[in-house]
Amino acid sequence: MEKRKYQSIVNKYTPKENRLYNALVAFVVGGLMGVLGEVLMELYSYFLNIPVKEASVFMIVTLIFIGCLFTCLGFFDKFVHFCKCGLIIPITGFAHAMQSAALEYRKEGLVLGIGANIFKLAGSVIVFGVFSAYVFGLLRLILMGA
Amino acid sequence: MTNKYDNVYINDVSTISGPYEAKGPFSKLYDKSYNDFYFGEKSFETAESKLIDESVDILLDKVDKTRFQIDLLISGDLMNQLTSSNYAASRLGIPFLGVYNACATSVEGLIIASNMVEHKCVDNVICSVASHNNAAEKQFRYPVEYGGPKPCYTTFTTTGGCSAYLSREKKGVRVDSSTIGTVVDMGIKDVYNMGAVMAAACGDTIYKHLSNTKREPGYYDLILSGDLGIYGKKILVEYMRTEYNINLKNYDDAASMIFDVDRQSVYAGGSGPACLPLVAYSYVMEKMKHGEINRVLLVATGALMNTTMVNQKLSIPSIAHAISLEVI
Repeated sequence: MEKRKYQSIVNKYTPKENRLYNALVAFVVGGLMGVLGEVLMELYSYFLNIPVKEASVFMIVTLIFIGCLFTCLGFFDKFVHFCKCGLIIPITGFAHAMQSAALEYRKEGLVLGIGANIFKLAGSVIVFGVFSAYVFGLLRLILMGA
Repeated sequence: MTNKYDNVYINDVSTISGPYEAKGPFSKLYDKSYNDFYFGEKSFETAESKLIDESVDILLDKVDKTRFQIDLLISGDLMNQLTSSNYAASRLGIPFLGVYNACATSVEGLIIASNMVEHKCVDNVICSVASHNNAAEKQFRYPVEYGGPKPCYTTFTTTGGCSAYLSREKKGVRVDSSTIGTVVDMGIKDVYNMGAVMAAACGDTIYKHLSNTKREPGYYDLILSGDLGIYGKKILVEYMRTEYNINLKNYDDAASMIFDVDRQSVYAGGSGPACLPLVAYSYVMEKMKHGEINRVLLVATGALMNTTMVNQKLSIPSIAHAISLEVI
């Protein structure tokens, strides 16, 4: 059988993902994460009596901690699985990716296990994050001046 | 290539299942089930090795032999360098052949064993196979605790260890014939769609087996494919109809049977080398023992996937091997 003909049989019986539903879930959950972040930031700012800019660092650390803790407790992957990009795109996704890799490779030692593999998933985020920061920084310099 | 056998029997089998399989429809039929993924071991890899080790021990008890009375152990799994099998074999101390054909390993082992037993190279053989969901996820996909989304048509690697004891003693189930498949590559690149990757190889092997033995699909009371999943199964049926003009009768797929797909979160069903034997050595053997079915064709399907080649955007080759079993 020709590959193209086989592919058409495969396409016929392979179900399609409901992208609209996934996007909607991600939109709602991602929005709620934003609300949670805002609430945390306001609370930190109010109770610790610090500027909002500093409170945002506290908020990020809190969200990272929650993401890591829930990953270790073993149920965050189920949240992520359901919410998809709603939890992957915020900082929780980054924490989850690093924490799950650390858990996975802890048996293989501190250096060759955790050290070498902790960025297995998150490494590309950092590489392209730094790269795009460089490109956009350069663009800003050229277009808007120093 | 099809071989006929006159004097090869699967005398007994043993099965150990993991936690998800133990909640599936055949939970009561396994010799042993675990409720966690570690089985008292420190890592997933050693846990997988323990599955082979223990399934061989259970089998030796059943056939009333010691490991020193076994001529050959043929074993395979999904880990790099067949790690689980190697470590189990080093503890068991039985002369050992490691085999790999991904999820088709179980039947590959049975075919090699049957040929050796039939031609009196050995008197008895134990064929083992194991897979471990978390060990496979770690090696082929993402860390276990990472919840990255997967499409609904992907399959869930089964956790289990299965062993079969073959000899010329007339007891158990007779091995009637076997067909060694060829590697088929239909250009599928989606690592999550293993059913689509393997369906063509499965169809080709079933066709070759039926034409070499001059049998109709209705000759078998059950044709059981390995791990195509609920969507791959439909692809196979349509492929057989359009390519070979064969309407499969009494056909089912182990991946669709091993879990309760509607109730358990296992996507499109099971996969992994242990998937087919977990169903075949429990449910199917039980039915054969009670005379409800007499002739069975097991078709193990394997996606010969390598993460490096997939990242290099190459398509995934696949293979299927068939073995025909009959009630004595």
